[in-house]
Amino acid sequence: MTEQPKNNDNKPKLSAKERMALPRAQMPERDATIRSRNFEEVNTGLTEEMAILEAQRCLKCKNRQCVEGCPVRVSIPEFIGALATGNIAEAVRVLRKDTALPAVCGRVCPQETQCEEKCIRAVKAKPVAIGYLERFVADWAMNHPAETHETLTVTPTGKTVAIVGCGPAGLTAAGELARLGHKVSIFEALHDTGGVLRYGIPEFRLPKEIIDKEVAHLGELGVVIECNVIIGKTMTLEELRKDYHAVFIANGAGLPMMLNIPGENLKGVYSANEFLTRVNLMGAGQVADSTTPIIQGDNVAVIGAGNTAMDCVRTARRLGAKRAMIIYRRTEAEMPARKEEIHHAKEEGIEFVLLTAPLGVVGNSENWATGLRCQKMALGEPDASGRRKPMPIEGAFEELPVDVVINALGTRANPLLTQTAPDLKLNKWGNIEINESTATSIKGVFAGGDIVRGGATVILAMGDGKKAAGAIHEYLCGL
Amino acid sequence: MFKVLSNEILAPELHKLVVVAPRVAKARKAGQFVIVRADVGDERIPLTIGDADVEAGTVSLFIQAIGASTRKLVAIQAGGFIRDVAGPLGLATHLENYGRVACIGGGVGTAVLYPLVKGLAQAGNEITTIIGGRSAPYVILQKELGALSKNLLLTTDDGSLGVKGFVTNVLKELMSNPETCPKAVFAVGPGPMMKAVAEMTRADKIPTIVSLNPIMIDGTGMCGGCRVDVGGEVKFACVDGPEFDGHLVDFDLLRDRLSTYKDQERRALDRCSADKCKIGRS
Repeated sequence: MTEQPKNNDNKPKLSAKERMALPRAQMPERDATIRSRNFEEVNTGLTEEMAILEAQRCLKCKNRQCVEGCPVRVSIPEFIGALATGNIAEAVRVLRKDTALPAVCGRVCPQETQCEEKCIRAVKAKPVAIGYLERFVADWAMNHPAETHETLTVTPTGKTVAIVGCGPAGLTAAGELARLGHKVSIFEALHDTGGVLRYGIPEFRLPKEIIDKEVAHLGELGVVIECNVIIGKTMTLEELRKDYHAVFIANGAGLPMMLNIPGENLKGVYSANEFLTRVNLMGAGQVADSTTPIIQGDNVAVIGAGNTAMDCVRTARRLGAKRAMIIYRRTEAEMPARKEEIHHAKEEGIEFVLLTAPLGVVGNSENWATGLRCQKMALGEPDASGRRKPMPIEGAFEELPVDVVINALGTRANPLLTQTAPDLKLNKWGNIEINESTATSIKGVFAGGDIVRGGATVILAMGDGKKAAGAIHEYLCGL
Repeated sequence: MFKVLSNEILAPELHKLVVVAPRVAKARKAGQFVIVRADVGDERIPLTIGDADVEAGTVSLFIQAIGASTRKLVAIQAGGFIRDVAGPLGLATHLENYGRVACIGGGVGTAVLYPLVKGLAQAGNEITTIIGGRSAPYVILQKELGALSKNLLLTTDDGSLGVKGFVTNVLKELMSNPETCPKAVFAVGPGPMMKAVAEMTRADKIPTIVSLNPIMIDGTGMCGGCRVDVGGEVKFACVDGPEFDGHLVDFDLLRDRLSTYKDQERRALDRCSADKCKIGRS
C-alpha cells in the first residue's frame, strides 16, 4: 500500500482566479452565551484545512507591505507561502526566526492596524487573515514538538546579558540574544513568568498554557529565568552591570493611575491591575475555593475603553456580573480598544454606557461601593488629537447602581528600579530615556517596552525587545 | 524554593521561621518586608523581615497564624520549603539619632518593631520599649528587645504580666515627665493601637512613625490595593511605606479596607476547619 505524501493532500490546486475569489477565513468562536460565563478561550483557531486555504489568498507581494506594518518584522509572505504549500514545519521555522512569541502575537496583536492594514488584498476585498495564520502555525508547532524541535547551532559567544522583566519585551529580547549565542538570564519580580501576558491578559484571550509553552521553548534555547527577583530591591542595576556584559531593562509599566474622584478608596473599587492580577495571576474566582479572594459584583462598572477595560469588563461578566458596563466619556468610534474585543464584549452582553464621565463613587454606611455618580457628556469640536472633545452637558447627571468599580485608565512608570539607579536618565513622567538604538544613558544598559513608552501594546514591547537585542548584540561584539 | 531552617513557636499562633534567602538577607534594611507564597496556588502575603543573617544567608519571618494562608505557612516545618519569597520590599526605616525614643509593639507588631529597635539602637538612640499583649503568653521578644533598650516596659490587657491595661497608659506616663518624654515614637501593632498612640502624641507634636499592614498582592506598586490615605494623599504602602507619619494616617480607612475580604477569609477558615485541618494549631 502506498501512502500519499500528506502535504499534497492538503494543498488545494487552485487557479489564480479561484484564489482571488476565496473569502477570508472566519475565526471559529465559542458560543457567546456560554463563554461569557466561563474562562475558556473565545477563539478556537482555524483548522488545518481552513488555514491552508486562507494561505492561498496571499499574493506573496514582492513589495512586502505587511512586513512593514509588523513591529517585529515577521517574514509574513514567507511563512504564509510555506503554509500554503502544506509545509507547516517550514512555516514554523520561518516564523520562529523572527518572533519568540508567535502564539501570543497571533492572539493579541492588533493586526487590523498593523500587518493586515497594509495587506494589498484589503484594497479590493478583505486582507489575508495574517493573525489567524500566525496563531495556527504557532499552535501547530506546540502540538508537533518532535517535528519542530529547535537545536541551536550557534557557537556560544561567552557574553552574558541580564534582562529585567519577563514580559513580552524581555522574552523577545531573550529569544533573539540566545539565538545569537549569548547567555541570557531573565529576572522577574513576580512568582511566575510572562509579565503582563500572565497577570494582565485573561485566560479567555490568551490561555496560560500558551505562555508556559512559549517560555519553555526559550528554556530550550538556554535562557534562564529567575522569579522573585525585584531589580531595584533584591539587586540593583549596578550589581547587574558588574555581573553581566549587558543589561536590558524591560520591567514594564507599573503603578496604576488613580481616578482622583471621591469614593475611590471604598471597598469594591479596584484598579484594573489589581482586579486582573487577582483573577489572572492568582486565580481568584476562576477556581473553586481560590485562596486569593475577589469581590464578585452583580453590577460592575469599568471606567475606560481600551483593551484593558475590555479585559476587565469581560472578566467581571465571567465572574458572574449580571450587569457589566463600560463607562466611557466619548463614543464607540473613539474607543481605543481593538474592534474584535468590542465585538466580543457586545456578544457577551456587555453594556456600553457612553458619553458618560465618572464624578464619584457612592458608598453605604459600611463603606462598600453602591453607586457611580456620572456626568453626561456630548461631543464638541475636535481637539489637538483630532478626536471630538467630550463636553459636560449642564445639569445632566446619572447615578448607576454598582457594587464593583474598576479603574482602567492606565498606568504610570514603575519607580522601583529607577529609584535605585540615579545615573539612569528619565523623562518627566519617570520613563527611561533611550536613544534611537534603545541605549540608555548608562553604557551597556538598554531599555524597551512600557518602562520606555508608558502603557502600550504587547507587540510594540516585542518590537522594542527585538530592536534592543540587535543593539545589544552589536554592543557585545564590540567589547 | 526557599528552605525553612527552623520553625519556633513564640506565642500562641505566633511562629518565627528562619528561611534561606541569601539575596534578600543581603539587601534588606530595617522596616522592609517580603511577599511570601507558601505553595503554588496560594495567596501572596506580605511579612515583615524580622531579622537577617547575611553570613548565613537567612531571614527571620514572624508569622501570626490568623487566616488559612498564614496557617499553611506556619505548618511548614524545619527542612520544608516556602515556594516564593520576594523582596526586600518597601522603603527602609529612616534611622537617625533622635536622642530618646519610645518604641511600642502590640501583639505580632512587636516582631515588626524588633528590626526598628535594633536599627535605632545602632543609631545611638536611648530606647524605651513598650510591649503589649492580650495576656502574658502574647508578650514576645522580651529578651531580645530588653537587650537593645534602656527600659523595657510590659503591659497586658488582663494584667497577667507587667502593667494591666494598654500600651498607651504607659506612654502617657512617659510623656508626663520631661525626663522620660520621648523625642520620637515608633509604634507597630493593630490599627486601633497605632491610632491611639498617634492621637496621644499629636498635641505635643512628638514625631510618631507607624508601620501599616494593608492588604497587598504584588508588593511592587503595580496593583494599588494597599493604598492608604496619608495627609489627604493616596499612598501605596508597598512602595511609599510601609512606615508613615502616624499623625497623617487615616486609620479608619485602613481598618475599613482591611475588612474587605472578611467574609471570604471566614469561609476559607471554615473550610480549613471542616477539612479537619489543624495546621498552625499549637
